[in-house]
Amino acid sequence: MTEEWKFTTKDIAEKPDLFLSGHRACAGCGPATVLRLIMKATRGPTIVTEATGCMEVVSSIYPYTSWATPWLHTAFENAAANASGIEAALKIMKKKGRIKQEHVDVIALAGDGGTYDIGIQALSGAVERGHDFLFVLYDNEAYMNTGIQRSGGTPLGAATTTSPAGTVMPGKLEPKKPIAEIMVAHEMPYVATASPYYWRDLLSKVRKGLEVNGPAFLHVFAPCPRGWRSDPAKSIEYSKLAVESCVFPLWEAVNGQCQLSTPSKLIALAPQKKKPVKDYLQGQGRFRHLLTPQNQKLLEEIQRLTDERWQRLLKKCQTT
Amino acid sequence: MKSIAKQEVMALNGDEAVAYAAKQSDVDVVAAYPITPQTIIVEKFSEYVANGEVQTEFICTESEHSALTACLAASVTGARTFTASASAGLALMHEMLFVTSGCRAPVVMAIANRALSAPLNIHGDQSDSMAERDSGWIQIYVENAQEVYDSIIQAFRIAEDLNVLLPVIVGLDGFTLSHTLENVKVLVDDVVQRFVGTRQLPDVLTHEGKKVPFKLDPESPMTMGPIALPDYYFEFKRQQEEAMKNALAVIQKVNSEYATVSGRSYGNGLVDVYCLEDAEVAVVCVGSTAGTIKTVVDELRQEGVKAGLLRIRTFRPLPVEEIRRALENVKAVAVMDKSMSFGGNGGAVFHEVRHVLYDAKAHPYVVNYIYGLGGRDTSPQELRAIYEDLQRILQTKRVEKPMQYLGLRE
Repeated sequence: MTEEWKFTTKDIAEKPDLFLSGHRACAGCGPATVLRLIMKATRGPTIVTEATGCMEVVSSIYPYTSWATPWLHTAFENAAANASGIEAALKIMKKKGRIKQEHVDVIALAGDGGTYDIGIQALSGAVERGHDFLFVLYDNEAYMNTGIQRSGGTPLGAATTTSPAGTVMPGKLEPKKPIAEIMVAHEMPYVATASPYYWRDLLSKVRKGLEVNGPAFLHVFAPCPRGWRSDPAKSIEYSKLAVESCVFPLWEAVNGQCQLSTPSKLIALAPQKKKPVKDYLQGQGRFRHLLTPQNQKLLEEIQRLTDERWQRLLKKCQTT
Repeated sequence: MKSIAKQEVMALNGDEAVAYAAKQSDVDVVAAYPITPQTIIVEKFSEYVANGEVQTEFICTESEHSALTACLAASVTGARTFTASASAGLALMHEMLFVTSGCRAPVVMAIANRALSAPLNIHGDQSDSMAERDSGWIQIYVENAQEVYDSIIQAFRIAEDLNVLLPVIVGLDGFTLSHTLENVKVLVDDVVQRFVGTRQLPDVLTHEGKKVPFKLDPESPMTMGPIALPDYYFEFKRQQEEAMKNALAVIQKVNSEYATVSGRSYGNGLVDVYCLEDAEVAVVCVGSTAGTIKTVVDELRQEGVKAGLLRIRTFRPLPVEEIRRALENVKAVAVMDKSMSFGGNGGAVFHEVRHVLYDAKAHPYVVNYIYGLGGRDTSPQELRAIYEDLQRILQTKRVEKPMQYLGLRE
């Protein structure tokens, strides 16, 4: 039943969209691009469930919808619990002969708030129970829907409305929670990170996540020009710089075995290609204060932390 | 008239009766989390699953919030769903109770009624579900283990009725009913399955004017649980109120149809009246206390006191007409509340009964008794004293204390 997958731009362009235009997302919205791409990688009948958040509110304002596939939203903290219920219902109704489809995929979507913070309990529970679903985290690194408040996914030093850059505090004081590693620790079949700049890598990871039996987790980098105080025209550029600076390396873990994905593997093989974090930060208003002389130490700390995490990842992936 | 089906007598406590009824009702998905005094329900159901006695996906969730979420999501995918909870568990579900009724998902939930913290208390009172009375769920409270068995079976029919499509709570008093062994007459599986039937789904119209079933179905993609702004939200809520009104008739119909199968009914399904026809003094209660009150009424009747009892079985939707009709000719009424509405000048049941009586032709005296909080026992003597208080009110034509506490040290 799985649709043939060729990874060509022609194939992707010809495949009908399941996330349609006409939604109310902002110009340059990273998550909207990510969602459209993700839905291009589906392999057959698919039910999507989504946590409360930007993408939920921009796509479902009654009586309109951007979803050309069955879609459910119930609350903020429970996207994975929605997926659990849908998957269980499909399984038993299939057994009882009450659904026609041979198989229906289930995708749960949530932002960083609905994953790192309020949603982690339901996510951890659903993964431990082994439901067959793909959880996609679109990470724009703060609560953007409520107006840019810090989350567990907000990086060190970023200014948000609840971690503003003030005279005594230089933005967020804590580093980003390593969510994908936390998911790997669940010993689940598939975990991966992806960036919309590397769209082919993203699409193939969506497909892999759907194809494994059991839970899969995909962490997708998703710039937010409004929240990052960045140029809407540069969202995809930042998606590239984040990978090139190793702020957001691309990798996957199949049954716990970590492996770098090509864009990051090339940097591992030729470390001189690794860009300084500063290249990624500059131009983003949320990091503007870090470029002042009084915050130079913090900028150095961010570089040090990025390097440390990169080295840790290289060890895990056993790449030299 | 159909003949009454053959039945077996089983020794079951209230929780086991719930699990047995859910088992016979051919539930597709059960998602639940253990909490005293409901735990026996999930344990018993787990046994059915482990022994292959049910065709059910059982999800042992990591919280009650996820339990109700999973039931709701399974329900809108087209499955028949069941869960159970109590106290803190129901409180944790609070958010999802509104979402479930708002999504018109006919989830059935047993609540082994228990006190809320703090201080921590695992014993029975009705604070948990009374606090959820505005959450859009139908609420049925039962008197004994037999009624809880019967009511769970009825609940699927009520919830899934296409004129209703609302979730249903069946409340059984914690420990008093949940853990007390009683003789329960059970129907055979086939009879229950025929009575409950398979889940029906309403048709909705697509943009092209095609009729499709109301569920998450890749054949007819539907957006469920959308955001509705001030231009539409209000109409959604109005429709839920209409469904509640429809439920009044459906509950009565299901109650009488069930009687033809089982030989058992509970008043008209909404209220259960006892010796009220000529009563001068009456007590109104919800739940298992009714059993004890009936004994007290019998004694008083033998002594020549015109005593009666009104048990409100369906608390949501509130059977306004039935309550008014039942109490209209009574001269003094005592309303019993097994929960508090702090600072609210009386309990929830009291508020509602008094509001119903505002439109009555004759206005009886109405007093409130808060009782049994945190599982405090209520004796027949204390209940008898309530009727004595009511008689005193009739003699003195005066209500000294409209809100009182039963069995409290002060």
